Amino acid sequence: MSATGIGASVKRKEDIRFITGKGHYVDDVNRPGQAYAYFLRSPHAHATIDKIDASAALKSKGVVAVLTGADAVADKVGAHIPGWTVHSKDGSPMKVGSFPALAHGKVLYVGDPVAVVIADTYAEARDAGEKLVVDYGVLKPVVELAAAASPGQPQIHDYASNNTVFNWHVGDKASTDAAFAKAAHVTKLDLVNNRTIPNAMEPRAAVAEYDAGSDVITLHTTSQNPHVARVVLSAFQGVAPEHKLRVVAPDVGGGFGSKIFIYNEETVCAWAAKKIDRSIKWTAERTESFLTDAHGRDHVSHAELALDANGKILGLRVHTIANLGAYPSTFWASVPTYLYGILLSGQYDIAAIYCEVDGVYTNTVSVDAVRGAGRPEATFLIERIVEKAAREIGLDPAEFRRQNFVKSFPHQTPVILAYDVGDYVAALDKALALADYKGIGARKAASAAKGKLRGIGFSAYIEACGLAPSQAVGALGGGVGLWESAEVRVNMVGTVEVLTGCHSHGQGHETTYAQLVSSRLGIPLEIVSNDPAATEKVQMGMGTYGSRSGAVGMSAISKALDKIEAKAKKVAGHVLEASEGDIEFKDGKFTVKGTDKSIDFGSVALNAYTAHKFNGQELEPGLKETAFWDPANFTFPAGVHICELEIDPETGVVTIDRWTAVDDFGKLINPMIVEGQVHGGVVHGVGQALMEAAYYDGDGQLLTASYMDYCMPRADNVPSLKVDTIETPCPSNPLGIKGCGEAGAIASPPAVINAITDALGHEDVTMPATPQIVWRAAQKAATKRAAE
Amino acid sequence: MAMTMTGEATLPAGRPKVWALLNDPAVLKACIPGCESLERTGDNGFAAVAKVRIGPVAATFKGKVELSDIVPEVGYTITGEGEGGIAGFAKGSAKVSLADVEAGTRLHYDVEASVGGKIAQLGSRLIDGVAKSMADKFFASFAEAAGGAVAPAAAPAAEAVAAAAAAPGASAGPQAILTRTSWFRRIWEWFMSLWR
Repeated sequence: MSATGIGASVKRKEDIRFITGKGHYVDDVNRPGQAYAYFLRSPHAHATIDKIDASAALKSKGVVAVLTGADAVADKVGAHIPGWTVHSKDGSPMKVGSFPALAHGKVLYVGDPVAVVIADTYAEARDAGEKLVVDYGVLKPVVELAAAASPGQPQIHDYASNNTVFNWHVGDKASTDAAFAKAAHVTKLDLVNNRTIPNAMEPRAAVAEYDAGSDVITLHTTSQNPHVARVVLSAFQGVAPEHKLRVVAPDVGGGFGSKIFIYNEETVCAWAAKKIDRSIKWTAERTESFLTDAHGRDHVSHAELALDANGKILGLRVHTIANLGAYPSTFWASVPTYLYGILLSGQYDIAAIYCEVDGVYTNTVSVDAVRGAGRPEATFLIERIVEKAAREIGLDPAEFRRQNFVKSFPHQTPVILAYDVGDYVAALDKALALADYKGIGARKAASAAKGKLRGIGFSAYIEACGLAPSQAVGALGGGVGLWESAEVRVNMVGTVEVLTGCHSHGQGHETTYAQLVSSRLGIPLEIVSNDPAATEKVQMGMGTYGSRSGAVGMSAISKALDKIEAKAKKVAGHVLEASEGDIEFKDGKFTVKGTDKSIDFGSVALNAYTAHKFNGQELEPGLKETAFWDPANFTFPAGVHICELEIDPETGVVTIDRWTAVDDFGKLINPMIVEGQVHGGVVHGVGQALMEAAYYDGDGQLLTASYMDYCMPRADNVPSLKVDTIETPCPSNPLGIKGCGEAGAIASPPAVINAITDALGHEDVTMPATPQIVWRAAQKAATKRAAE
Repeated sequence: MAMTMTGEATLPAGRPKVWALLNDPAVLKACIPGCESLERTGDNGFAAVAKVRIGPVAATFKGKVELSDIVPEVGYTITGEGEGGIAGFAKGSAKVSLADVEAGTRLHYDVEASVGGKIAQLGSRLIDGVAKSMADKFFASFAEAAGGAVAPAAAPAAEAVAAAAAAPGASAGPQAILTRTSWFRRIWEWFMSLWR
């Protein structure tokens, strides 16, 4: 391994730019004469729009235009066609409709954009927004998830009776019922997976410009997948045909899934820029992010686990109600189904699983993918119930897991997925050693002596990522393929530009992609570039989410590099006057086998373009190759996280004392970046477990719409994390990569709650386990102990 | 978000006078903090405009106020709703009843109110305090209109809260116009501010 090659912890090339304020974000984009957009949003969760009086707003200083849902309908702009169709048990497709880009006739959640004011300055647009008069006919909203599908609730969409989007299921009911019938013990658990808000550091933003000369709209936007945005804006939202629409995502400050989706505001800016023939800029205020970025999680579940007399898991039965919000969104229905139900086997060998999921509409913003997307919900459920089952039958939770782990591969689960490779026991053993599990008894006693309660919690998670084999995606209802494309452009002087559709918004692609290219071509890291905004030079790509930019994106690059090497060998053969088959390529040098005749990569690049040494009719000049990589399977990162914490029973304050993570991500390109992803993911999940909650009151008002009320984890909420790995290379891609971006957020919530429930000695703790909730639970536990 | 508040104020005037004041837009306008206009639009209806600041949200509320269940000199239900533009909305109702007491008239009210939009998003933690402070101001002014002198009613809110906490339900001393929780005052006051 070289100092900069695959496997080296190279410092991130992009960080100098980011930490010195030289990044180039959408809000840094300005166009001459640009106008600004302000969105007037519904203060009601559910209401008819009876009248919009824009007369005063239109007379307001600086106002260029006021557009409403009626204008969007007239121009046929907006549709919100979700990218994935889920079918109900009865075979019927999910119940969805289309919607204009601005609310028309009805508003369905607090924050729903009702009109856009475009003015010379943002302040003027806002002032004019104050003068827009909207008459609402307030309707009763549907807010409480568990009751949303009950008869008698207000109906949000007339085509979705009982507010039900789908009643989906997976697995085999009969065999699962049979497993429960012969069970010696059944563990039951009711769970709420709390709703969270993604909170990317950079809010969403758009700068749309229209060039009347070429009839091209250019949209600079905060997207994780600019190509998908372009397809949706073009084919479904009616903004412009693809060849007349450029979508550019420059530096993007985090997404966590929330910037996958195509939102109304960006659509409206693109549409309006052409309509008024003037560039338009919009940057979300933080509260707009809270209100309108798609939220995550939000499940209510009941789970049952069947065990035989020896503690072997026989079956799992799950019923989940999943909140989907008011409007369809891009991934949406796929998240609580194909990214959730099919993960419910966890790391365990379970013969029978049956899972039902009811997706429901509520008068809240859409719920869609947030870091992990479905897999954290599955992991929370399985890891909580496994922990509870072990406690109920008196088995050590680590041993109970070990006993039930899948131990031979490939392993077909009863819920679609086939795990290709892994070593769950090895990860567990390594984690137990690192966490000094043997010493927990003494540490608990030491805490007890100080009046504190110490607990330890496990999470043995698995995820399916590297999204995803296109045929499988299609068979499961996906509307697109999830391959990735890459282009490797070798310039005349031997420098290299790497282009892919995998947009980087914090993941470090500029570094890891360069590491791959540099080690394959034997050239210095510095002469390889991968500009995130260069995605506009890529014809088509699928974006970054689902931990796919390594496993899928880098596989595409690798495939393109194969082609580069093959072509370069031909060129080298001509230059060195040897047959192509006699050329060897190693450490950046092409050598004629068995001789000292060689030429370096840069000279080959030059010769490829000068084309003096070969017949241009027989060999094309140039050195540029494109590849599309479609994965053969999902990848299956897995690992064991152990959380050890202390509770102050007097205050309910939870202090995480130790965190141990042993993950199997297959081959690592840059261990430092991987460790950073694990840190970020774990803390993201700790946030969900201990402090984060999107709270809508009974009227559908979002009460956690700023950092005054929505608590995010900070550095002092976690100890220094002990992060290690094991490695079983992924067999389905050339680099053996599995992906690591979501793992921490998937693994950590159940580890935290398992540790808290271990410390308290009872299971009734909900997320977020705020001091108040933990204090109440501690009181309850104390009362229960006293009664015994 | 919804809230309720209940409370009483003892006013140094007889019921006929208090009743007349409760029905006098000019008096109400003068007493409602931030009220810019309150105009009768019908027998029992008013149009109101009030400027209110709740934490980071400042808004001009425009709305309508209606009186119902009117029993002269005994009480009425006052219902208001107002749109604060981009700040959101507020609406609510208060049942107001009058009773003779030694010191004059006791005014009792039960308020139900809700707010939405930016006020709920950003100001939800502050609404109680704002409503209370507005209620304090309202009753101080209203007491003055009803007879003036009792105005020490303008006692600092904190004092009233402390008094309420110490002796819940106790009737107000001569120095305090408000006898119960701050809730009721703030609601009332806030509620009144909703009128436009």
